[in-house]
Amino acid sequence: MKRFWKEFAQGDIWVKGSCLIMGLGCIKRGQIVKGLMYLAAEVLYFLFFFGFGWKYLSHLLTLGENAQLKVWNEDLQIYQRVPGDNSMLILLFSVLTVAVTVIFICLWVINLKSASHLYQLEKAGKEIPSLQQDASSLLNDRFHITLLSAPMTTLILFTVLPIIFMILIAFTNFDANHQPPGNLFTWTGMQNVTDIFLGNETKTRTFMGILGWTIVWAIFATFTNYIFGMILAIIINNKLVRLKKMWRTWFMIPIAIPQFVSLLLISRALEPSGAINVALMKLGWIKTPLPFLTDVTLSRIVVIVINMWIGIPYTMMTFSGVLMNVPEELYESASIDGAGPIRRFMSITLPYMVFVTAPATITTFVGNINNFNVIYLLTAGGPASLDYYQAGKTDLLVTWLYKLTVDQHDYALASTIGIFIFMIVSVCSLTVYNRTGAVKKEDMFQ
Amino acid sequence: MKKHTNMRKLRTSICLHTLLTVLSILWMLPVFWLLISSFRKEPGAYTPYLWPKAFTFDNYTRLFTDTRLFNFPRWFMNTLFVAICCCVITTILTLMVAYVYSRLRFKSRKAIMNICLILGMFPGFMSMIAIYHFMKAIGLDQTLLALILVYSGGAALNYYIAKGFFDTIPKSLDEAATLDGASRHTIFWKIILPNSKPIVVNTAINAFIAPWVDFIFVSVIMKDNYNNYTVAKGLYTMVDKANIYQYYTVFCAGSVVVAIPIVLLFIRLQKYYVAGVTGGATKG
Repeated sequence: MKRFWKEFAQGDIWVKGSCLIMGLGCIKRGQIVKGLMYLAAEVLYFLFFFGFGWKYLSHLLTLGENAQLKVWNEDLQIYQRVPGDNSMLILLFSVLTVAVTVIFICLWVINLKSASHLYQLEKAGKEIPSLQQDASSLLNDRFHITLLSAPMTTLILFTVLPIIFMILIAFTNFDANHQPPGNLFTWTGMQNVTDIFLGNETKTRTFMGILGWTIVWAIFATFTNYIFGMILAIIINNKLVRLKKMWRTWFMIPIAIPQFVSLLLISRALEPSGAINVALMKLGWIKTPLPFLTDVTLSRIVVIVINMWIGIPYTMMTFSGVLMNVPEELYESASIDGAGPIRRFMSITLPYMVFVTAPATITTFVGNINNFNVIYLLTAGGPASLDYYQAGKTDLLVTWLYKLTVDQHDYALASTIGIFIFMIVSVCSLTVYNRTGAVKKEDMFQ
Repeated sequence: MKKHTNMRKLRTSICLHTLLTVLSILWMLPVFWLLISSFRKEPGAYTPYLWPKAFTFDNYTRLFTDTRLFNFPRWFMNTLFVAICCCVITTILTLMVAYVYSRLRFKSRKAIMNICLILGMFPGFMSMIAIYHFMKAIGLDQTLLALILVYSGGAALNYYIAKGFFDTIPKSLDEAATLDGASRHTIFWKIILPNSKPIVVNTAINAFIAPWVDFIFVSVIMKDNYNNYTVAKGLYTMVDKANIYQYYTVFCAGSVVVAIPIVLLFIRLQKYYVAGVTGGATKG
């Protein structure tokens, strides 16, 4: 940066002029096409900013002042709607405008850099690269720019901007009572956060209750799958078992069926007049249908058990892969030392498997915290509870977020919860990435 | 003595096979239930008996011919179209990003990789409303193009497995090619891609399956535009409260039609799955 300023200060009038009229330096040194492209970018940006962006950006601090009005029209004898400001569009396009501005500033700096770089080249009497040379460097030295431009554009548009927008929403009162275009919403600072933790008793109870169940669920869901998946893999990998491949495929078929089909089907079967209750009554084991989906404890057990049906085949596949890769020499030396099969399993196979699958396990744990499908399709979060704010007893944070967004239109609260989920997930994941060291040693095998 | 151990082995073997048989029956039960429901003649989601009174192929013919309320053939073509586009776009974008992170070294590389990692930790549902309004603002809401953009837009975040794979291709290959005067562009196409068939197949299959199983983003983007539904959202609508009695068995038939190709692809994927999960760890 320092070198850049020094070079820039040394530059001639054309370099300094590039501050105001982008591409001037390039045009002067003979890179006409490149210079004109900078100039076109500048013109487009200002057209965008004053023709479109400023209209929204100027209202960013208040998110709109004029609500939609109903005005009596004497001539037509009806109430007519006079459109007011749309808070949502103001926020959305302000975010877009700020993003475009940031990109423009980057481009502006690059323009200055290339202007002073060309000036230095000319002063040293070196050749100025032609357009063709520049283009071919995009396929070699600067190939990363070529490759990254398309993925990064879609990433910014469809991931980064929406996330920034939703983070900002968490600091507003955008809920069912403040829906544009009919009503305005505005900034409320930390109101939503304090609501969850201190202010609003129902919301606090709901959040704490759901957070507690989410963690209990994630622990049970992860470890039941882990243990039983490991046992299943060990059974299938036993030397005495024939047709190993067939057994594995057999267990894979159920989880290959889309979850919205299989889980919906199971959910219907668990209802009072569903297949499972019918079967149990036919067998004479029960007289009245079991409340699988309406009793709190029973429904919580049900989701954990059904999750085993989905999860065990995955863990089984993972462990099968690991079991095949246990270094053979470990077993040989153990046999020489006279260790029996149980001893060999406890001191070689088990530690090796636990060690190798540790990162995958924590990824699964994080996945379970956000396991939307199992909960939503089976119980839809139910049984609903009056103690809770728009949630049921098997709701996870992520299904609560979904319900608040889609059913309640309480976007502000939903975004706040989203930020908390992000915090939990990122703490878990970062611990893993730092522990495994797979990231640090990436060059080792190249 | 020898006979004794043989007997014990036989007994253990029988035990294990019985256990596996019981377990796999338990696992296949819902699949089996889906199949017989799809051939059941009597409508309705709930029957006071388990085995259908009569079987029929009508549910399947109804699925493809009765298009007044639910246009399944159209949904199927929609999904196929979206899936093929997503498959191509996502695969290209993911491989490009993975190659950049694996092979090219530039100033902001670490920073961009970390940003991608962090972005992936936000719950996807959080931003779906913003995406809907953004699509609406640019006039793309309720279109298939919007779906394709949403499904493949985040491709840059899923580079991890492909990058891990590229990392294992020896760098000496690149160096040799560079000495022969190959540019990085040529290296990507001529050396890296031909050596990465498993990961290309893996990425492509995953991207192809995604539109078939997602019903959340479709609901948000399509709202009530029945004609542009994908099969997942369409089938999901068949079993809401108003339609479930009439359409439950048709839903089952539709599910079977959708599930068959996915199951086949999934079995193909199975051999790469293990490598993907344990790859990072064994190397670390």
